[in-house]
Amino acid sequence: MSEQSGAQAMQFGIMSVSDITRDPTTGATPSEQERIDATMRIATHAEEVGLDVFAIGEHHNPPFWSSSPTTFLAALAARTERLIVSTSTTLITTNDPVRIAEEYSMLQHVSGGRMDLMLGRGNTGPVYPWFGQDIRQGLPLAIENYALLHKLWREDVVDWEGKFRTPLQGFTSTPRPLDGVAPFVWHGSIRTPEIAEQAAYYGDGFFANNIFWPKEHYQRLIELYRQRYAHYGHGTPEQAIVGLGGQVFMAARSQDAVTQFRPFFDNAPVYGHGPSLEDFTEMTPLTVGSPQQVIDRYAAMRDHFGDYQRQLFLIDHAGLPLKTVLEQLDILGSEVVPVLRKELAVNRPESVPDAPTHAARVKAAYGDGPTRQARPGANRGDNLTADSPYQDTPAPAGAAFGLGRKEA
Amino acid sequence: MTTRRIAVVSAGLSNPSSTRMLADRLAAETVKALAEQDIAASVDVIELRDHAHDITNNMLTGFAPPALETAINTVVSADALIAVTPIFSTSYSGLFKSFIDVLDPDALTGKPVLIGANAGTARHSLAIDYAIRPLFAYLHADAVSTGVFAASSDWGGSGDDVAPLGKRVEKGARELAEAIASRDAAAALDPYDPATYLGEGRSFGHMLGGLAGE
Repeated sequence: MSEQSGAQAMQFGIMSVSDITRDPTTGATPSEQERIDATMRIATHAEEVGLDVFAIGEHHNPPFWSSSPTTFLAALAARTERLIVSTSTTLITTNDPVRIAEEYSMLQHVSGGRMDLMLGRGNTGPVYPWFGQDIRQGLPLAIENYALLHKLWREDVVDWEGKFRTPLQGFTSTPRPLDGVAPFVWHGSIRTPEIAEQAAYYGDGFFANNIFWPKEHYQRLIELYRQRYAHYGHGTPEQAIVGLGGQVFMAARSQDAVTQFRPFFDNAPVYGHGPSLEDFTEMTPLTVGSPQQVIDRYAAMRDHFGDYQRQLFLIDHAGLPLKTVLEQLDILGSEVVPVLRKELAVNRPESVPDAPTHAARVKAAYGDGPTRQARPGANRGDNLTADSPYQDTPAPAGAAFGLGRKEA
Repeated sequence: MTTRRIAVVSAGLSNPSSTRMLADRLAAETVKALAEQDIAASVDVIELRDHAHDITNNMLTGFAPPALETAINTVVSADALIAVTPIFSTSYSGLFKSFIDVLDPDALTGKPVLIGANAGTARHSLAIDYAIRPLFAYLHADAVSTGVFAASSDWGGSGDDVAPLGKRVEKGARELAEAIASRDAAAALDPYDPATYLGEGRSFGHMLGGLAGE
């Protein structure tokens, strides 16, 4: 069972793209309402079977429904007790970083810290112009927007001027992060060394979706991230925080899994009508077979990527019906993940950090001491002065007799 | 002295193919012209027919299966490219274009290219200049000014008597050899080396510009 003690080496979970795809075996296409309900059912069941994380993508076009991840994740957090709710990914390029700061900080509060987020650039071209951006600026947007987001969660009052967003003077992103600890951030990328560099620079996590391509592509990126994490002084390469995606379909008998999954694979939006299921499972981490085959394949991931912190599986896409997905979760929770937890714990060095949780991050920041509880002063419209809008912020340097401090 | 590597891409569909025959002639003549300048060269020939399924799969999945990836790396890391395609419906073959389409758009920037094409009759010969050359111009490759077209009749006695195929091959090959000789040997840039994506001696702070106070 998952625990929010901050003492868990590996987190296991699932990630959903939120695609609404016709079931090729029945011809039925769920409605948006049906699929949203089904996803909520899947996500809550992930907790029921002992998984730790549920992550949802962000899209702004049919046939996807997840345009507003924090709304869904807040409802999910309210229906669960231990599950960490996350994204895969939140678009750092086309969302206003101010809104990301506000929405995810809010999610952090309502979930009691049971959240983090993964930033990505998105791969749907028209989303950029729909949100007033230029796809050719994708990388500079990711870099500048995150610099602002990072600052908004760490500084109560922000003055900002960048290239892409209207400037800010004396802006305070509310609510302030829970306990004064910013949400943990993963940077997701499948090919861009600059994003691995960005994750390393901030000491954030790096996530490789590990789904569509051979693992060698991701190995180079993760190795780079680990080296640069050490370069920027956050620890040794082995201490960098790595997450991996993956994709599985299981049945007690290997051949049954292949037979059941093949029509979904052959018609899947992303790789359908391309390589054969056999070729694709050989070339990518997709594993279709018995639970033991999944265990063998994924227990070996650390041989390729090093000891890591989070493993997310894609199991609900391509029109797979709810009942099937729930069965897959049952197998994952009862037969696969418990074994993987044990196997991946063997010979895992003490120096490799546990998976990030809010509790662990609070402990790292405060020890056993009291955490920050941000308490605004009466609003005098004075954010533009050097003063803080919060009562607990130490007086600015040079203020005599603590004049800048408003005692609670 | 560094041995130069020439990649030959042949998009012929039959086996044996006259596209490949032309490609081999262009390659052999280029190696000969380089040898005259004491430059050693090796040749790697890629038959696109062998990769046809992989090329389609690459377009659908976004990644190259291992055999195709090796072929792509051979092309993009070479000192020069000899690209030969049959002319289908007034242009390069679809397979040839599909292969070009799965390359990184910057992969051929600055690379010397010798264009070859073949078809049933010489009436298609301008396709080199109106169809294939603009493709390489778009990719910022340096295609030499001579392109070599071979019609079926060029392989027998009824071809061009004034400028026979052998002469045209030699002219194109000499131009490509000149282009290779005038350049340094191709050095592979590792995309995962921070010096490549950040610039030598630079840090992420430089990418942030003034945002991080660096």
